[in-house]
Amino acid sequence: MSDQVLPAGTRPTGGERSRRANPRGALVGKIFEGLCFVAATTLLAALGGLLFSLVLGGWPAIRKFGIGFLFSATWNPVTDVYGAAGPIVGTLVTAAVALLIALPIAGGVAFFLTELCPAPLRRPIGTAVELLAGIPSIVYGMWGLFVFAPLFSKFIQLPLMSAAAPGSLLEKLTTGIPNGSGILSASIILAIMILPFMAATLRELLLTVPAAVRESAYGLGATTAEVVMSVTLPYVRTGAIGAVMLGLGRALGETMAVTFIIGNSHGFPKSIFDSGSTIASTIANEFTEATSEVHTSALIALGLVLFVITFMVLGLARLMLRRQVASI
Amino acid sequence: MTASAAKIARRRVANVAFEGFCWAVTAIALVALAAILWSLLSQGLGGLNLDIFTKSTPAPGSSGGLANAIVGSIMMCLMAMVMAVVVGTLAGTWLAEYGGRSAYGSVIRFLNDVLLSAPSILVGLFVYEILVAPFHSFSGFAGSVALALLAVPVITRTTEDVLLLQSATLREAGVALGSTLSYVIRQVLWRSARSGLLTGSLLAFARISGETAPLLFTALNNQFFSLDLRHPTANLPVVIFNYALSAYDDWRRLAWAGALLIAGTVLAVTVVARIVAQEQKRS
Amino acid sequence: MLKTLGAAFGAALILGAATVAQAAGTISGAGATFPAPVYAKWAEAYKAQTGTSLNYQAIGSGGGIKQINASTVDFGATDKPLKPDDLATAGLAMFPTVIGGVVPVMNLPGIKPGQIKITGALLADIYRGVIKKWNDPLLAKVNPGVPLPNLPITVVHRSDGSGTTFVFTTYLSMKAAHWASEVGANDSVSWPTGLGGKGNDGVAAFVKQTPGAIGYVEYAYAKQNSMTYALMQNKQGVFVTPDAKNFAAAAANAKWASAPGFYLLLLDQPGADAWPITAATFILVHTKQSDAAKGRDVLAFFDWCYKNGDAAAAQLDYVSLPPVVKDLIRKSWSKVVGPDGKPVYK
Repeated sequence: MSDQVLPAGTRPTGGERSRRANPRGALVGKIFEGLCFVAATTLLAALGGLLFSLVLGGWPAIRKFGIGFLFSATWNPVTDVYGAAGPIVGTLVTAAVALLIALPIAGGVAFFLTELCPAPLRRPIGTAVELLAGIPSIVYGMWGLFVFAPLFSKFIQLPLMSAAAPGSLLEKLTTGIPNGSGILSASIILAIMILPFMAATLRELLLTVPAAVRESAYGLGATTAEVVMSVTLPYVRTGAIGAVMLGLGRALGETMAVTFIIGNSHGFPKSIFDSGSTIASTIANEFTEATSEVHTSALIALGLVLFVITFMVLGLARLMLRRQVASI
Repeated sequence: MTASAAKIARRRVANVAFEGFCWAVTAIALVALAAILWSLLSQGLGGLNLDIFTKSTPAPGSSGGLANAIVGSIMMCLMAMVMAVVVGTLAGTWLAEYGGRSAYGSVIRFLNDVLLSAPSILVGLFVYEILVAPFHSFSGFAGSVALALLAVPVITRTTEDVLLLQSATLREAGVALGSTLSYVIRQVLWRSARSGLLTGSLLAFARISGETAPLLFTALNNQFFSLDLRHPTANLPVVIFNYALSAYDDWRRLAWAGALLIAGTVLAVTVVARIVAQEQKRS
Repeated sequence: MLKTLGAAFGAALILGAATVAQAAGTISGAGATFPAPVYAKWAEAYKAQTGTSLNYQAIGSGGGIKQINASTVDFGATDKPLKPDDLATAGLAMFPTVIGGVVPVMNLPGIKPGQIKITGALLADIYRGVIKKWNDPLLAKVNPGVPLPNLPITVVHRSDGSGTTFVFTTYLSMKAAHWASEVGANDSVSWPTGLGGKGNDGVAAFVKQTPGAIGYVEYAYAKQNSMTYALMQNKQGVFVTPDAKNFAAAAANAKWASAPGFYLLLLDQPGADAWPITAATFILVHTKQSDAAKGRDVLAFFDWCYKNGDAAAAQLDYVSLPPVVKDLIRKSWSKVVGPDGKPVYK
């Protein structure tokens, strides 16, 4: 991207040299390819090292609790007995609900910016959405705890809980302490956090759709909805799934913001307003204070579980993607 | 006739619903942004003054600022971004142009996606094991490595995506003219994909600029001003984290001011990058 | 682009490698969150006077113990004292620095701070989920004439592992056999009921937002947030107010001289004014210092604090140690030796 390099490419001698396919150009090419390969392998090494340290650190707990570690909801640091079921459920539920909330909104924002937005507003709003992505997660946490939670309690939780008829499904779903914390609050904060990431990436993708493609669709009389649904969205589908994964990944692993607002209780959440915990929040809460070997190890094993979950989610997404592509 | 009129009406209604939905969710997103910004501004603006940039973090009751944390954060983020941009761009390029279709390529791509979702606290823990514990000292260097590990997968992913979106004719034209593939990549593809690459780096920067968890066990923090990255290094996120949860009003004010600074910086970087990208497109 | 990146990469590496060492005398320590403000205050004054900077970072008591064992810091700090045996095994010396108190706080509409009285046993029953309402007859019995509201009790505890939780649950274990057998004491426990807030501030925020909530926080938080606190019954049966004077009263009767390795909990101490949930916070250093000068710097700093730091501590609502105890600590430092086997600080 520097100025010295750019004009060099336009110099005729450069083209001449490479046209003769001289050994130097070929060598540079080999070196460049090698460098790229090394960089890609660095990723493997980093993840390999990370996984290795997780397995190593989590091994004492895995040996002690075996497969039951995954299914027990007991988490007792005093007796040194640990089970991961509560945090696992909490992680999956919050990430899924967050995605459910954020995906339509992110899509809507991206479509709005590419298809509907009046030209003068396009850049300010686009930048504003990106700004939302730049706010540190700890600020989301503070905002969630001090600003969002009281409002959520007052305008969502209390009305819903008082509207629920005794014995109804709604009542079961909404039991809990109406102080604004809990599973649903954490999901909403997560949704706000992953929304800009997904919206910004989706928009970037939609902008790559050649204007001719879109305009010919409009020219045939398609409505905005039809252009989006049958032309532009299919065009960027692969990238769009990547964007969703980016968001899902963040939701699964987000630590600070969730810790502030999820209520942090071990065991299964009983309703959407109940307090719970995620894997990342449990690690963040307890890692610094865990002095017994089993406790530390159980926390690291939790981290390993999160990795496995991520592996599975991504594997699943990939499988779905392949089927989708094949069916066209 | 009536059937087709009904169909047109239905399409129109569907479209109005769709457009309305897009308008509405954008409004919701903007309201959320405004609410968070409002909290940041109303709480943080009062704490912003010259001291923030000239004095180091104080003990409660003393006057002070965030100078040490700002400088520490800048040093660590820059170092992390340099490492991440080099590794991420090259790795993304390899995936898009060289080995992406091989089995090894799909493994790398998959692992990159996993790394994207790695909880940052575990990345910090990993760096603690390889760079802090063996050398018996927390260090700013370890902090920047942890941040780089978080930034690399974002950049790799976006690099691959934007390179794949470049039309194949660009490559073919370049190679047909006798250029080597590496030459085409560096001189043609990277240039035409520039704004996408920039966006990737920005996303990465946005991701790491506020990361607290990976720094807790690596850079730690420092109460005093220091340029020495071999020792515990002050940084904004950890200062914000510690001060936001303290009992003292002056510390909390500094925390909000720091949060405002980070958000403001990201805004500024975003806007500048947009302008740069725009101008390059024009020229 | 590649060249530019390469150059920047190289420059960054050089920057990282070649950054100049700081002026002599930097000590680094990490651990307990509770004393962090006062250590920061002392470090600031100490730096102004001696030029030596001492960087203390609050990462939690458990973290302090872990890091001093890993030798990544020059000293560790903990609210949870290590038993003499554990100290010997790890090759550590421990000494207290300041004293503070843990305070039950609540959100009860119409009740003023200090209007409610609670005993240790009742507190344990509330935290076990046995007492569920504020107008429970057991609570009414110790609070005659107080208009206790008909509100469910929402228990709030720390979600993160914490020395404060260790102190609080140890106290509950002392006062209630049920608690000791069912829950126990640790820096994080398996809570029978309630919800967890992150840090003192998280607990304070949840208590403030939830009518009928009860939580426990360090004194500074209760005071700075002007929260409704309870009077606690101490060993003598007197209901006392949480304040610095009463924390000091609890510390005054402590038998430090007969506590090997300064392992002493100040919970439920005798004395008419003694606040029952009082605790000291501790420093950990290696008894065998690999760098005598570093070890000397650490001890010199705390010696300076014992001499000059009392006012600053009081200002931040900490209680200083009695002079007798300080002398005992100074004597104990003779076992901290350098590589040559000689005490590093006299």
